[in-house]
Amino acid sequence: MSAQPATSTREPKKRVAGVLAQFDTAADVIHAAEKVRDAGYQSWDTHTPFPIHGMDKAMGLPDSRLGWIVLAGALTGLTAAFTMMWWMNGVDYPTVVGGKPPFTTPSMVPVMFELTVLFSSFGAVFGMLGLNKLPRHHHPVFESDRFRTATDDKFFISIEAEDPKFNTEKVRSLFEGAHAKHVEVLEEEVEA
Amino acid sequence: MGYHKPLAELDEAYLVAPGSTLAEVTEDIASVTEKAAPKGWWIAFLGAVSLLALFGGTVGYLFYRGIGVWGNASPTYWAWDITNFVWWVGIGHAGTLISAVLFLFRQKWRTAINRFAEAMTIFAVICALIFPGLHVGRPWVLHWMFPLPNQMAIWPNFKSPLLWDLFAVGTYFTVSTLFWFVGLIPDLATLRDRSTNKWRQRIYGFLALGWRGSNRHWQNYERAYLILASLSTPLVLSVHSVVSFDFATSVIPGWHTTIFPPYFVAGAVFSGFAMVMTLLLIARTVFKLHRVVLMRHLELMNKIMLLTGTLVGYAYAMEFFIAWYSGNEYERYVFVNRAFGPYAWAYWTMVSCNVLSPQVFWFKKFRRNIPLMFVVSILINIGMWFERFVIIVTSLHRDFLPSAWGMFSPTVIDITTYLGTMGVFFTLFLLFIRWLPAVAISEVKGTMPQADPHLHTDVHGAQTHAADHGHGLVPEGAE
Repeated sequence: MSAQPATSTREPKKRVAGVLAQFDTAADVIHAAEKVRDAGYQSWDTHTPFPIHGMDKAMGLPDSRLGWIVLAGALTGLTAAFTMMWWMNGVDYPTVVGGKPPFTTPSMVPVMFELTVLFSSFGAVFGMLGLNKLPRHHHPVFESDRFRTATDDKFFISIEAEDPKFNTEKVRSLFEGAHAKHVEVLEEEVEA
Repeated sequence: MGYHKPLAELDEAYLVAPGSTLAEVTEDIASVTEKAAPKGWWIAFLGAVSLLALFGGTVGYLFYRGIGVWGNASPTYWAWDITNFVWWVGIGHAGTLISAVLFLFRQKWRTAINRFAEAMTIFAVICALIFPGLHVGRPWVLHWMFPLPNQMAIWPNFKSPLLWDLFAVGTYFTVSTLFWFVGLIPDLATLRDRSTNKWRQRIYGFLALGWRGSNRHWQNYERAYLILASLSTPLVLSVHSVVSFDFATSVIPGWHTTIFPPYFVAGAVFSGFAMVMTLLLIARTVFKLHRVVLMRHLELMNKIMLLTGTLVGYAYAMEFFIAWYSGNEYERYVFVNRAFGPYAWAYWTMVSCNVLSPQVFWFKKFRRNIPLMFVVSILINIGMWFERFVIIVTSLHRDFLPSAWGMFSPTVIDITTYLGTMGVFFTLFLLFIRWLPAVAISEVKGTMPQADPHLHTDVHGAQTHAADHGHGLVPEGAE
């Protein structure tokens, strides 16, 4: 997570991974995000200790697709519950308990409901992690020591080097023009 | 959930003590897990672990001798075990109500207590699941509760509410745990980033899944949170409804009633809020969380207890009315027997604790009196245990045939099993408040003035205070 100090004996090969800018207020970061969006960058992100209302619009993000994953989970749970009960009690080994028919729908409602909720929740949680590509314990932003405050009280914007428009000096001046409190170049070690 | 200025017309107030900075909130909550545990924590932990040992001994003995060591005997085959099961499940319900239902209603004050309440839900459901697990009597075939064929290749009977209950409580436990963990991810990242030693950094870092506060992540995260809240709301209502079906679908007088599902849900919320209150008051004092858990939050919780307590009182009265109105003599007898029979003391304990004691909260002075609310919350916990005892035992001990009547009395093992699950609960709970953020850090920050990107214009440079703390935004009109 924190940047390891470079050893003096052997300098590891490094390459620029991106530029990170720090802001002190939610207002500053949201206005800076609007500028980055308008400048046409693609591979960039904001990092905040809590979700900021209006940031999705400021970044120009489309709506989350998570709902579709949850819907798929819901339908899976509902179908699985119905098929299971129909097959177990109605087909494979029908038994008459309390004079009730072996296959009957009203008594299936509670279990169908519960499994719908269960599989929808799996869809919501694992779908969210999948869309976010988490867990991912290594990321260039973690090279910065200042970045530790991104989960405390500071706000950050990072533009990654893989962005087609990326140019270290242009990005730096963009951030400085947007009232960044601190701008740093992120470097990551390149494997030999 | 975003910040809005408190509306004076609605008698709203600031959710976090005015003038607090984001860093102070992080420090208040996260430092609890970093400093050495206060003496009060060790005393409580020692007590909890002793009860846990009692639980281990009791369960070992129970497995060795069989469940005959409990007082359950003809005609009361269900007694303390199911009473405790329903009691613990009910306690769990307030956690979901606070985290999900209040979230959907945009009740931002919930951020002070939701993490707490969610943890309580999970631990209470663990305790609840222990009782049916023990009561099946043969732990080596416990897997027969699941939809698996038995030795005769017969599948479980899905027309039985007991099997519905397994699905309901199992789903509830799983979904509550997922919801809790999702809420914890950003706060685990906070602990990771504050850590000064390698082990803390590795463990919290591993659990935080590499969270980096990315807005592209927050977007899906917030959607997931909203969906989980929307799923948990009908789920929590279904769980105690299904628990009540265990009784209501039978033909026993006193159980066979249509009022049971809503009556059980109201009671569950009532007892759960009481338990949250008990735990919150202790933790607030021991860990000094006064900046985040304000008197206002406690007062709002007392209002909910007054409401749900009164609903439960209405249900008690309606049960009596319907018993009389039904014209069914067995049904009538059960209720006369409850109030005036051999277990009348249990019935009147229930009524005084659940219906009468919360009535003090009609008065603002009492709603803001901490010792009083602590006592009332304990009384409600007791009263709600007696409610389940009354429903189960008084209905079973005298049913249709007087020749089959009997009395129930608990054994020492009944008592130690119950006390033992308290040990399970409090051990888990104390470990939780010691090692995990007990208040949702990122959610609390989201309700503070600093979270509002439009606020900066009216306060820019206005305070000397802002210079002290770097960026403290104090909204005008602070109390």
